[in-house]
Amino acid sequence: MKPIDPGLLTGLPSKPSLLGSRCTACGEHFFPVQKGCANCSSDDLQTVDLGSRGTLWTWTVQRFAPKPPYLGDPNSFEAYGVGYVEMPSGVKVESRLLGLGEDDWTIGMAMQLELEPVVVQGGATDLVTYAFRALRKECCND
Amino acid sequence: MTDVAIIGVGLHPFGRTPDRSGLDQGVYAVREALKDAGIQWKDVQVAYGGSMDGGDAEAIVNQLGLTSLQFTNIWNGCATGGSSLSAAHNAIKAGAADIALAVGFDKHSPGAFNPDPASLGLPAWYGETGMMLTPQFFAMKLQRYMHEHAISVETLSLVAEKAFHNGSLNPGAWRRHALSREDIASSPMVCDPLRKYMFCSPAEGGAALILCRGDIARRYTTKPVWLKAAVVRGRHYGSFEVYSPCIARELAPSATVTAARDAFELAGIGPGDVDVLQLQDTESGAEIMHMAENGFCEHGEQEHLIRSGVTAIGGAMPVNTDGGCLANGEPIGASGLRQIYEICIQLRGQAGKRQVPNNPQVGYTHVYGAPGVSGVTVLQR
Repeated sequence: MKPIDPGLLTGLPSKPSLLGSRCTACGEHFFPVQKGCANCSSDDLQTVDLGSRGTLWTWTVQRFAPKPPYLGDPNSFEAYGVGYVEMPSGVKVESRLLGLGEDDWTIGMAMQLELEPVVVQGGATDLVTYAFRALRKECCND
Repeated sequence: MTDVAIIGVGLHPFGRTPDRSGLDQGVYAVREALKDAGIQWKDVQVAYGGSMDGGDAEAIVNQLGLTSLQFTNIWNGCATGGSSLSAAHNAIKAGAADIALAVGFDKHSPGAFNPDPASLGLPAWYGETGMMLTPQFFAMKLQRYMHEHAISVETLSLVAEKAFHNGSLNPGAWRRHALSREDIASSPMVCDPLRKYMFCSPAEGGAALILCRGDIARRYTTKPVWLKAAVVRGRHYGSFEVYSPCIARELAPSATVTAARDAFELAGIGPGDVDVLQLQDTESGAEIMHMAENGFCEHGEQEHLIRSGVTAIGGAMPVNTDGGCLANGEPIGASGLRQIYEICIQLRGQAGKRQVPNNPQVGYTHVYGAPGVSGVTVLQR
């Protein structure tokens, strides 16, 4: 199992969590890891763990097959969710959403990060990316 | 300060023209604009133009004539046309030229745009995992907006119904068949809550405008259209814009809000004075959101305004009288200039079946492009 980008995730494989940046000058958070601060122009940023839970800020469904550089096969395309998830620091991260047809996505619902195999043309790979799924009630005892 | 007038406008019809290249459509639009202004190509002293898929705009000089004029290629996403216009406007203001051209053309293949993430400074995985698509952004911005401001799904259909009705009155539009709100509401879902007929499509076309120093404008035309302001603004920290892997903790207004505010201030004209307007409607929700972002109403008021017909051609605030992007499609380089073309035609009283009644005096245009560039103009007869 390999993340699609080495700087994207931490805690693999059992406790995946998103990596981002925090500006040491103004305290703002970014995703993914950045080299400069879009808020205050500082170049002093530290890589931080943004966490693995958040709340759904907005969402949609991608119902047609994207052209490249999307890696998936257009002939076996299946619709997928996309949304922004607000993390504990307040930064909202864009993500694929798991559970289309199973969960009714609503703004404000609790979301949990999972690993998702990257779909590519011509067969399986060991690449994974991050995705969020609605948090199941039975899993919320920690 | 020097006043700037638009003295000539030209358009190559938008849509699909298989036997004509994008560049040829640009040349066609320029020749139309020159004819309209009653000038020759050699009279143009400076030019700005852009195209995404039609080649460098400058290449039109091969057909129009090599006159050694300074021609600058412009690229600013869907705001390319607005940016070309702004540059031409500034050149005249600065005294660098008396007569300037803004031109745009394009010829896109069907389907959503698929830019290289690296060209926007974004990581490869963002495109590879299927998150770098403009329809997703439009849908997600709208989904949040509807949640916050109680805009109904039915209103999305009403905006598209108006666009295709206006398109049916416009002989130059691509989509000239009116569609009912039922047709629109039952078309396939593309990116929830937006359906097929609520989206515009990438297309082909060309548009050109001839700008002139105000004090000599009446040598060329009896109906100059005064460019009271042409403003382009970029992203703020915290604004929710297209192709953003993250959004800041605290939200800020979009680039459109600042561009509109600054343009109205420069023009000394307010939104309430505007008689006819063009707002970027890459999908029907964008028109709704842009009504408020440009200052024409409060957030949430659109629901009532649209239902009561205020944005129709005979209404108090006619929006996208030529059918907008929805009925004309979007050739990126030309789209923002098509908006200004339409306002000029309306202010001159030459819009035929789609003419706004009662001699409109003031017009407004707004274009929005990746990765969050907004170009607006205030125009006056």
